[in-house]
Amino acid sequence: MKFTLAWLKEHLETDRSLDDLSNGLTSLGIEVEGIEDRAKALAPFIVGHVVSAEQHPNADRLRVCMVDTGAETIQVVCGAPNARKDIKVVLARPGAVIPASGVELKKGTIRNVESQGMMCSARELGLGEDHDGIIELPLDTKVGSPAAAALGLGDPVIDVSVTPNRGDWLGVRGLARELAAGGYGTLKPLKESKLAAGFKSPLGVTLDFAGEAANACPLFAIRVIRGVKNGPSPAWLQDRLRAVGLRPISALVDVTNLFALDLCRPLHVFDAGKLKGDLVVRLSRDGETLAALNGKTYTLADGMTVIADGSGVLSLGGVMGGESTGCTEETTTVVLESALFDPIRTATTGRQLAIDSDARYRFERWVDPASTLPGLDAAAQLIVELCGGEASEPVVAGAAPAPKAAITLRADRVRQLGGIDIAVHDSLRILTALGFGAERSTEGLRCVPPSWRNDVHQEADLVEDVLRVNGYDKITPVPFTLDGALPQPVLSATQRRSRDAKRALAARGLMEAVTFSFADEPHTALFAAQPESLRLANPISADLSVMRPSPLVNLLAGAARNVARGFADHGLFEVGPAYRDDTAAGQMLVASGLRVGDSGPRHWLAKPRGADAFDAKADAMAALAAAGAPVGSLQITADAPAWFHPGRSGTLRLGPKTALAHFGELHPSVARAYDLKGPVVVFEVYLNLIPEAKAKNAGRARPAFAPSPFQAVERDFAFLLDASVSAETLLRAARGADKALIEDVSLFDVYEGKGVEPGKKSVAICVRLQPQTATLTEPEIEAVSQKVVAAVAKATGGSLRS
Amino acid sequence: MSNDLDDVRFAIASALAQAETLDALEAVRVDALGRKGSITALMKDMTALAPDERKARGQAVNALKDDIAAALDARKAVLEAGALDAKLAAERIDVTATARPEQAGALHPISQTMDELCAIFAEMGFTLAEGPDIEDDFHNFTALNIPPEHPARQMHDTFYLPADAAGTRKVLRTHTSPVQIRTMMSKKPPHRVIAMGRTYRNDSDMTHTPMFHQIEGLVIDKATHMGHLKGCLIQFLAAFFELDDVPIRLRPSYFPFTEPSCEVDIGCSRKGSELKIGAGDDWLEILGAGMVHPNVLANCGIDPTEYQGFAFGMGIERLAMLKYGIADLRTFFEADLRWLRHYGFAALDVPSLAFGASPTGGTGR
Repeated sequence: MKFTLAWLKEHLETDRSLDDLSNGLTSLGIEVEGIEDRAKALAPFIVGHVVSAEQHPNADRLRVCMVDTGAETIQVVCGAPNARKDIKVVLARPGAVIPASGVELKKGTIRNVESQGMMCSARELGLGEDHDGIIELPLDTKVGSPAAAALGLGDPVIDVSVTPNRGDWLGVRGLARELAAGGYGTLKPLKESKLAAGFKSPLGVTLDFAGEAANACPLFAIRVIRGVKNGPSPAWLQDRLRAVGLRPISALVDVTNLFALDLCRPLHVFDAGKLKGDLVVRLSRDGETLAALNGKTYTLADGMTVIADGSGVLSLGGVMGGESTGCTEETTTVVLESALFDPIRTATTGRQLAIDSDARYRFERWVDPASTLPGLDAAAQLIVELCGGEASEPVVAGAAPAPKAAITLRADRVRQLGGIDIAVHDSLRILTALGFGAERSTEGLRCVPPSWRNDVHQEADLVEDVLRVNGYDKITPVPFTLDGALPQPVLSATQRRSRDAKRALAARGLMEAVTFSFADEPHTALFAAQPESLRLANPISADLSVMRPSPLVNLLAGAARNVARGFADHGLFEVGPAYRDDTAAGQMLVASGLRVGDSGPRHWLAKPRGADAFDAKADAMAALAAAGAPVGSLQITADAPAWFHPGRSGTLRLGPKTALAHFGELHPSVARAYDLKGPVVVFEVYLNLIPEAKAKNAGRARPAFAPSPFQAVERDFAFLLDASVSAETLLRAARGADKALIEDVSLFDVYEGKGVEPGKKSVAICVRLQPQTATLTEPEIEAVSQKVVAAVAKATGGSLRS
Repeated sequence: MSNDLDDVRFAIASALAQAETLDALEAVRVDALGRKGSITALMKDMTALAPDERKARGQAVNALKDDIAAALDARKAVLEAGALDAKLAAERIDVTATARPEQAGALHPISQTMDELCAIFAEMGFTLAEGPDIEDDFHNFTALNIPPEHPARQMHDTFYLPADAAGTRKVLRTHTSPVQIRTMMSKKPPHRVIAMGRTYRNDSDMTHTPMFHQIEGLVIDKATHMGHLKGCLIQFLAAFFELDDVPIRLRPSYFPFTEPSCEVDIGCSRKGSELKIGAGDDWLEILGAGMVHPNVLANCGIDPTEYQGFAFGMGIERLAMLKYGIADLRTFFEADLRWLRHYGFAALDVPSLAFGASPTGGTGR
């Protein structure tokens, strides 16, 4: 919302500076978006009088002018075609910064003639594109006076942004009232209209609403003004509208715009000559159409507030008028409308039809019901003043809603909520200045909100007004600490897992990425068929239209971009949501990651190798371990979702039903869809499925440290197994052969090929025996070895390789 | 008699001096102390002497033997040191060549900043609450005093999911404030929680991304007022930006879920495009806050005549951008390896107030 300083001062008696007033607005909660003070930028420019203009001795196109500054006469060389004797010009003297170029003007010599200044074009001053010549000011402009004032730019324009709860700030008077309450001046009284009614209105108005819809337009008033002569509005009105960015149209229309901006009182004018009978205010019916003032034709739905006559819909109440009854230069009789439209219905209509207008903007935020009739009269008076004619008696249909009930502000409540002592009489003063009907009561203050406020419903709202006008800066900060206790752990188990998994994966050389929670349909479909409930109804683009089934959907796209940039070998991870359905339980917390390309760059010591499924397995295990999963007791099965390589992927399970993680090579067709070549391995760990530790304090203490004093013994075994036997089966069997003695079993060789018959493989393990009671003897070792061989044979059908 | 000992000593000393290798030295040792060595011979010869002569002679021979043994050891040490030097010299490697490469991972600035926020608010007694990204209308709007058709709903550029059979549609949460509602409805006051996470708005340009992160704070008890809000925020901002003096400015504003409401600016100074947080001649909007609206408390079953408190919310990307000098919001979500290396944090840079809220160094810097 824009207004000028002079405009504000029509409502506010003040001697405060513009900066002061700007700070005042800010401290009251009115955000100052900008101040365009062109007088400040143009301060070095003054009005000059060209006393003489002679041909430059050395240049055909230049003239040497003597220019009176009011204090002296200086010589200026000028190339403008209109530089001539006896015009008034905008003069820049050395030291002035030219707005268009940002260059500081210096004294110069042009073709051997000294130039002590510059006469400016509109473009040079940043006032437009006109560069055909220098600006010529009216001849009666005072020499030496500020050019800004002479150009009509002396009045600074203030642009404020108004919060949606304060419709009353969408009029200059509302802002002035607020500043006055804040101590920045005195609110001037509003002139009362004393326009006599010349005749009885020939036009009637009916409100035609059924039941609850009556609130769509509770009050609708008109005055008919006949004998008007419409035309351009006077300069003061045009200047004012232009200053705040509105285009003057005609006196009748400009008056309505002025009242909207000045008093937040939207009005509408119909050309009475184009009306067909009385006005009816009603709800629209589906399919009715309106050719609106913006040149577009709208098809209406049921339930929009319209003003109609015998010919049909004329206007969308509180949103926009129609073209057929718009006022023109030929209008001689005008119907001036001042009404009250329901905020919600107005907003809905505007949104459905995508019409933004100053009227809609105000009605959907709240227009003061009490301004309906005074606004009508004041506008009618101004129309008569500007366009002549005489006004009818008002025709009023409906009535303003009842005034709001009083709210009590308890004496202590400001201190309780605000943490600051403000005396009751100060609260009373502030609320009164804001327009409340406030008086002392036994509890504190009894306050009736003013009709222009629609945001005051309860005591807290009064507290805010008092605190705000008194100044938030006066509230003393109070240290905010824990009372006599040490901080407690702040994270839930899942939050802790997320954090620990991130740091564990980063420590393993993966870079953490954060990607969008939504993805495009084609890539999403590679991973899962997401239910309809996870497709956005209004996506920002097709690329971001489905809630992702895995972070990998976007992570792989990131990896592909990195590879395309020349980073063939790298790893990424993301710990974030994956969505199964639209419930809270359907949101999984997943640690996902990938590795593409080689383990590292070529190096003279270490030959790089391609990323493989076991890298992904190690990543998954690391994330699980960091997140507190019982990694020692997980089962590994050779299955995984379809987007994995079916033969090179696995699942880490906690029991047969709970899959905690998948890992392995990405399915080549998925990799191809991302345009990724070479090895791509991925993992997914479902952090939210890891069971929580049982009790808060259980398991902190570790068992007593009791190292065995006896030497451990290692024995190697090579087994000949069917190629289909899994390492997990072998290791499990060996470990279980003698649980008391066998401390560890490790896999150190797998061989298929020459020397091993086809369909078989040779697998070598190392078994570490740790005796607890006595050093192992050879026969004892032999006995355990037999157990290992027997257990493996039983579980796998394999035998010791001879 | 002693002359013969001098002769032996001289002969061995000469041989010793000429022994340039450990093998030659061993030959000298054998010639002197071996089974057929010259000193061994002298020892054997003593058995023929009379006892009184034998004692004196024995002392002299033993002294000679000890001297020779010591000289042999000394010479051996010298030769061994020389041999080792020669061996090590031959083993020389080029230490300027590069060590085996290791891939350094890094944490995203969002994760790091969240950990910093946690560390700071933990000290003030906040715990971390959470809620789902896909919210229902009640938690995201209605309970927060934003009824249907409220103009504030239009401010939110909400992403909607499809309407169900009953015509209700879920939303991607537009802020972390629904977690306030979940907290207040699931536990009894007092409350002192923060919530952090992904939030979504249908908006995308230079300074907006359709997804971003917020942190939300909520304090509910019987006495917390706006002075505490101010104190809490000053403490937080001072700790986060690591400044002794953090000027803040509360500007009245409007949020449906707080009353009174304010926007909070932090002091800063600008020189050209450079922005410095701290005391300066300018202000930068950094968060929104206020006292929890009585309607919100009532919607959660909390008696607003008994309980009160404050809430605040701010963008985590914005905090990270200001603290770590990240210019472009959109780059956060591009998974660009170069960016992640440049702005990422080492896995071991775990922030805490005791050990430093800020990391000591990044990964590649």
